[in-house]
Amino acid sequence: MNRRDFIQLTSAGAGALLLPGMAAGGRVIAAEALLDPGLDLAVKKRLADAGLNAAKAKGATYADVRIGRYLNQFVTTREDKVQSIVNLESFGVGVRVLVNGCWGFASLGDASTEAQVAETAEIAVQVARANIALLDEPVQLAPQKGFGDVSYKTPFTKNLFEIPIKEKVDLLLSVNGAAMTNGANFVNSVLFMVNEQKYFASTDGSYIDQDIHRIWPTFTVTGIDRATGQFQTRNSLGTAKAMGYEYLQTTPPDRITGRPTTLFNNYYDMMDDATLAARQVKEKVKAKSVEAGKYDLVLDPSHLRLTIHESVGHATELDRVLGYEANLAGTSFATMDKWKSKTFKYGSPQVNVFADKVQPGSMGAVGWDDEGVKTKKWDLIKDGILVNYQAIRDQVHMLGETESHGCCYADSWNAVQFQRMANVSLAPGTQPLSVDELIKDVKKGIYIIGYGSYSIDQQRYNFQFGGQLFYEIKDGQITGMLKDVAYQSNTQEFWNSCVKVSDQRDYRVEGSFFDGKGQPPQLSCVSHGSATARFNGVNVINTARKV
Amino acid sequence: MAILSKEESKKLIDKVLAFSKADEMSVSISGDKGGNIRYARNSVSTSGQSANLSLAVTSIFGKRSGTTTINVFDDQSLEKTVRRSEEVARLAPENPEYVPLLGPQNYLETQTYNEATASIDPAYRAKLALDSIAICKKNSVNSAGFLENSTGFTAIGNSKGLFGHNQSTSIDFSVTVRTNDGKGSGYVVRDYNDVSKLNSGPLTQVAVQKAIASAKAQALEPGKYTVILEPTAAQELIRNMMSNMDARSAEEGRSFLGKKGGGTRLGEKLFDERITIYSDPMNAEIPGTPFVSGGGRPGYGDLLGGGGGGGSSTDGRPQEKVMWIDKGVVKNMFYSRFWAEKKGVKAIPAPDGIIIEGGNESMADLIKSTRNGILVTRFWYIRDVDRQTLLYTGLTRDGTFYIENGQIKFPVKNFRFNESPIVMLNNIEAMGKAVRTNGSLIPPMKIRDFTFSSLSDAV
Repeated sequence: MNRRDFIQLTSAGAGALLLPGMAAGGRVIAAEALLDPGLDLAVKKRLADAGLNAAKAKGATYADVRIGRYLNQFVTTREDKVQSIVNLESFGVGVRVLVNGCWGFASLGDASTEAQVAETAEIAVQVARANIALLDEPVQLAPQKGFGDVSYKTPFTKNLFEIPIKEKVDLLLSVNGAAMTNGANFVNSVLFMVNEQKYFASTDGSYIDQDIHRIWPTFTVTGIDRATGQFQTRNSLGTAKAMGYEYLQTTPPDRITGRPTTLFNNYYDMMDDATLAARQVKEKVKAKSVEAGKYDLVLDPSHLRLTIHESVGHATELDRVLGYEANLAGTSFATMDKWKSKTFKYGSPQVNVFADKVQPGSMGAVGWDDEGVKTKKWDLIKDGILVNYQAIRDQVHMLGETESHGCCYADSWNAVQFQRMANVSLAPGTQPLSVDELIKDVKKGIYIIGYGSYSIDQQRYNFQFGGQLFYEIKDGQITGMLKDVAYQSNTQEFWNSCVKVSDQRDYRVEGSFFDGKGQPPQLSCVSHGSATARFNGVNVINTARKV
Repeated sequence: MAILSKEESKKLIDKVLAFSKADEMSVSISGDKGGNIRYARNSVSTSGQSANLSLAVTSIFGKRSGTTTINVFDDQSLEKTVRRSEEVARLAPENPEYVPLLGPQNYLETQTYNEATASIDPAYRAKLALDSIAICKKNSVNSAGFLENSTGFTAIGNSKGLFGHNQSTSIDFSVTVRTNDGKGSGYVVRDYNDVSKLNSGPLTQVAVQKAIASAKAQALEPGKYTVILEPTAAQELIRNMMSNMDARSAEEGRSFLGKKGGGTRLGEKLFDERITIYSDPMNAEIPGTPFVSGGGRPGYGDLLGGGGGGGSSTDGRPQEKVMWIDKGVVKNMFYSRFWAEKKGVKAIPAPDGIIIEGGNESMADLIKSTRNGILVTRFWYIRDVDRQTLLYTGLTRDGTFYIENGQIKFPVKNFRFNESPIVMLNNIEAMGKAVRTNGSLIPPMKIRDFTFSSLSDAV
């Protein structure tokens, strides 16, 4: 365990990241095997029925079977070298049962026969029975109608795994070349591509087949001033999307210009971004160190996504509010008395935050969640007031609701599903407002692009965020680059300092593979939409130190 | 089946190697079995069991390599896997940083395996959870805890005659106890190879005491304080620093060990002379794995081309006792095999766990000798803010207390800190006896001028 932690940290030091899809311990396969169709639908249904029938026969009042095949491809490079190309497959079955109000779960890798799935279901029943002695609160499961045989597929035009490896390698090496030509000292780049093939069946009568595709192109450019020994980095402003390889197409252009750097929406020009990153990282090394104090912050969606994630997304997860995550992630300040009051001012009247699992291209977009609930959109904060939480089938009764919100997820066939963050997004302003108009009356401010360092307490009050690019605003004008910037605030104070949100024209959806939660830990995919927003009088600290 | 003996592993690896037509081949096998139980609100929430076994084959032609894995071991399947890895290798791009496989190595016989831990069953896990919950119910407080045990093995072998096998066991326990009004919170965490050292009841009692004692916290102004960091609090910051001791990053000028004008700070005194940090896989308290295997199956090292000292599944370097910081002086950095060869130095891998030489004082002694200070049980959500200076931010959590004239006076509200372990290890006032914490031996530390930058309302 400690070894694994250390390797993760070591790798992070080399400019890399925790990799999604590794939790299931996938097997390495050849690239062309990523296109194998997997089990026939009829076979999956037979396997699932074997599990459901065995669970019922052993006394389960509810059961679901998830047959999961997870395909990942990672291409990693640095400068002019390919570091690795890895194709992973993980396949297995997870069975969850409810016996006398107690959950039980068991899983089996590479399950291929009805007898194996039935046996796995029986073990799940045994686990549930063993745990009943430790149970104080029997599960109350919200009713859910069966959907019969249905399916969902991520909309895309270019299948990630049909694109030859060479094309992917050529792209990354070209991106690295562009960065080096434009003055970078080092560059690491990565393409993450993931396909989740999930079959879900339950005793409610659902047989749901889903085929989810996701991509994340990213890089880190490092700039060094040898004379002073100072170094800075600038990460990619691309994001993770539920799309195919078309996310990397550069025509039609879907870029936002007229800002200090080019920003991207539904398509990402990685070459363009790397070229700019190399120039900007050199500028960043020599940039003015920020003077600590109060500033009006203008936050781009590429930055604001992480602040939304940490301060609203996690705070409104009902399991956290109730204490189920107290031992690791913590609880939440957004307690039920605040919600019940219907007057708790989470933010200013400009703040409208919604949850959803349906926005096109968002990382959370699926047809049904991992307990057979049709996905939807719902409000969390309306005109600044906390109005709801994120909850699943065994929780919604506590909110006086009878229908799950549809945000249950497991990151693998061998992990039990639980409440995970839906996409949580700040709605754009309803009045016409461009980013230029939003900036023009800022007297002393900082415009922040891209997400950087982030930290928040275990009840989601106090946070500190950095970024990738910081620009000083004086009297409505962007005057130059800053460095050593981080802002600290308290969630409620921060969202109440939101004075303006630009309109729909600037609305962008930014995603991640890395929402971590639970013990043992699971990763989940999530996106956060917003338009550029302004927050007045936020405390900015200077992070430079002498050591 | 999930755990193979040394003899079984050797036989299987030799069989796979015999199928090879590549220039070089490396085989690794890993397996584990174990389970967990999770509870919250004094009631079980989830539990599970798992068993995994897989074999990875890496074939190498020149500087091209290909890896495939399999979890069925009949002759036909194994041969097919070998052929597949050879096909993948032929199609792979050349890795300019490829280093030929190691030959036979001498590995230490580390004591990572414990029979009692390997015998844990679901009933025993439930008993440990019940012991913890019972104490919380008796004290009318709320518990949320997690217990996980694992038994695993890794075997590595290659066409140059290298072979290694290691079995290990682990048990990890943590519990957060909160008062019912949500105003107090306490925490305890332990990890061992040997389950007989774990007694969940008395440990939970410590968390209960902290929860009750930490209610009614008072606010102190943020600023620089003398702190006593319990080992749980100190370990993550120091481990983060250690993970940045990669030689290549330092020599490339992008780590805290990079030097103005080029070169590294190896040999420089960067810390207080009382700071000595080393690793030793033979240490009885924190026995380490005897060789580098990247975990035995394709892992982070492989995905990153075996970069840094983390190693890949084809690595095979022995883990030995290494001095990292001696009396404040940086003595060693860790290397990938490629970078060490390029630089003509010994390829020291990153360590499993670290040992910080502490003192003989108890926690009570450290508190007693403190005129004004803050006792920190634990830090939370630590993230790097500046990689150049290793500035980190994070928050105190689950038991933060004010000390005055040698006594704990009252609980205080949690703080956010912005501090660098480099500064921290220069501001040492005293250290207590080192104890096992997350696979390392870490002493409680008294540190002056620790920077708390804001207050948090979180409990």
